[in-house]
Amino acid sequence: MEFDFIVRTLASMVFSSTPVVLAAIGETISEKSGVINLSLDGSIALSAMTGFAVAFTTGSVTLGILAAMMVGALVALLVAFSCLTLRQEQVAVGFVLTMLCTELADFLGNPFVRRPGPSVPPMPIPYLCDIPFLGPILFRHNAMVYLSFLVVVAAWWWIARTQPGLKLQGVGERPESAFARGVDVNLLRYVYTIVGGALVGLAGAAYSLSIKLGWSHGHTTGIGWIALAIVIFGGWTPWRVAIGAYFFALLKALGSILQRNPAFEGVPTQIFSSAPFALMIFALLLLSSKGVDRVLALFPPQIARRLDRLIRGRAPGGLGRTFVQE
Amino acid sequence: MTRIRLNDVLLVVAPIFLALFFTTVILLAVGASPWDAYRNILAGAFESPEKIADVVAACVPLVLCGVGMCITFTAGQWNVGVEGQIILGALFATWVARNLLWPQAPVLTLMLLAGMLGGALWGVIAALLKIYGNVHEIFGGLGLNYVAQGLAIWLIFNPWRPADGATMSGTDPFPDPAWMPRLAHLRVSPLAVILALLAVVVVYFLLRGTRWGLELRAMGKNFRSAYLLGVPSTPRLLTAFAACGALAGLAGAIRCSARYGRMIPDIAGGQGYLSLLVALLAVSRPQWVPFIAFFFAAVGVGSPRLELNMHLDSSLGGVLRASMVLAVMMVAGLRMLLNQRRARAAGETPSQDVVESGDAAG
Repeated sequence: MEFDFIVRTLASMVFSSTPVVLAAIGETISEKSGVINLSLDGSIALSAMTGFAVAFTTGSVTLGILAAMMVGALVALLVAFSCLTLRQEQVAVGFVLTMLCTELADFLGNPFVRRPGPSVPPMPIPYLCDIPFLGPILFRHNAMVYLSFLVVVAAWWWIARTQPGLKLQGVGERPESAFARGVDVNLLRYVYTIVGGALVGLAGAAYSLSIKLGWSHGHTTGIGWIALAIVIFGGWTPWRVAIGAYFFALLKALGSILQRNPAFEGVPTQIFSSAPFALMIFALLLLSSKGVDRVLALFPPQIARRLDRLIRGRAPGGLGRTFVQE
Repeated sequence: MTRIRLNDVLLVVAPIFLALFFTTVILLAVGASPWDAYRNILAGAFESPEKIADVVAACVPLVLCGVGMCITFTAGQWNVGVEGQIILGALFATWVARNLLWPQAPVLTLMLLAGMLGGALWGVIAALLKIYGNVHEIFGGLGLNYVAQGLAIWLIFNPWRPADGATMSGTDPFPDPAWMPRLAHLRVSPLAVILALLAVVVVYFLLRGTRWGLELRAMGKNFRSAYLLGVPSTPRLLTAFAACGALAGLAGAIRCSARYGRMIPDIAGGQGYLSLLVALLAVSRPQWVPFIAFFFAAVGVGSPRLELNMHLDSSLGGVLRASMVLAVMMVAGLRMLLNQRRARAAGETPSQDVVESGDAAG
């Protein structure tokens, strides 16, 4: 029974973290190229709403997912245009777009509030789902979940192992040098911001069509900010970002188990809903605090350096800076 | 000369048209009459003295938080924690209202001071996280907002539970002395309006006329240079966040004393995020804040009409406000781009510099 319980908890962790994984990987890609797409929270809301609305009216989940990705890409295009071409501050543009998209999702989503609609059907993978322990945890979900696995691996492989990925890193780390080497910095930034945005849109679809079905006011609130924090937590490396997202989902799952515990009966549920954000601060604090330095100092220097690199990532050097190509 | 002036007029008028164009397209897309929608918003905001009073009352928190955020913006900081600072201000004020049964003047004074203290405390925590914990103020502030929300709900559900148990509508009403006096039958409190205007004047002079303001501006322009020139950045950041937090906390105290007469779970009601938009439009110029806040408040008070009369979601008002801020940014960017093109065409050497765009979130 205990074993069963652990499997079920881990399976729900993998399932429910899909949108955060997708959004955080999308943001990692765009930040790797040097562009902060801060509009995540709004962008996810708008794409979740659109995805559900399109799937609801057409009856096709695939069309809903595609529409959601289009919306995410479109918002990202707006971010790229305002920041790269019009050279506005990335954080400012992101914030305004967060608010705009959230309000727009509420306005346009009004007719779809609390309507039952289509969802991504469950699709256990034959043979793989029968593997003891791992099968039920990883392979008894739906296509959206498997897609998120693929996205993590593909993003890691593309960034770390391919020639274009190297260019992507160059554009994000040192745009001046990349430009001097003949790379069209802003074009690449446009491309990767839009690709990242499409993944954010996919995250929205994962929300309304797979995890928390349908649409309501404040349906996705907070997920985008969590995803943004996880990118930092994961040190801009896809597989670590994914681990961060799963870890976060695990803590959330543990939270809801605690919530059902009779010892916590008097505690209102809202405390548990604000706990993830307290955790977010705490995680970021822990990561960059001097306490970590002190712990690391206990190790021999070579190991300490490795450990430091393992737990703490560094932001791309050109992150947030607009590069003026002349 | 005339050309420059035309340009400046365009800079103000173009974003308004762009935003209205955008919302018109949205309205047409959902099959509603844009004309009716705008008429309803205007009527909802200005049709009667009561409505106008509501707009003025709605301005107060926006003005207080907006000028507060001008301070942190001047120092180059994204104080997104204003929402939580409003909540903390309201919580501190509520504690005073519930525990000190004194006459009106001392109770109100103490409530407002307690509110400022609560907000300042929450602001300082965000600043401490930034300075000593290396947590970017956006994440620190946002996280603290949710923590403050949780704290408020816990207090309302447990120690401050109302007698009838209906916790979602907030605590029991405050005793009479803790209610801020209103103007006749209108829902606006003259004292609150005076405090808000006073805040504009004070912040204007603090930023323009004091060494503190000058140092904040230096930090905002170039944090590193300011530091190298000897601006004590840590105390300046702390005081900037404390000042902004105090103003937000004051807004929170006013909201629970003048508007609701009790503490409710949704006491901040998104005013913190909204005032971020106000401050973005004001570009660290506190003297613009009241005008922008008035427009924002009018849209906010007017748009529930859409729900009553047209069965549209009132968030159209929010769409209008946010798209206007975005349009302002884009028009400013376009103008800069055009000016550069023109300068290049005139044979001047283009600048090769890399535009610094805020410190990266991380």
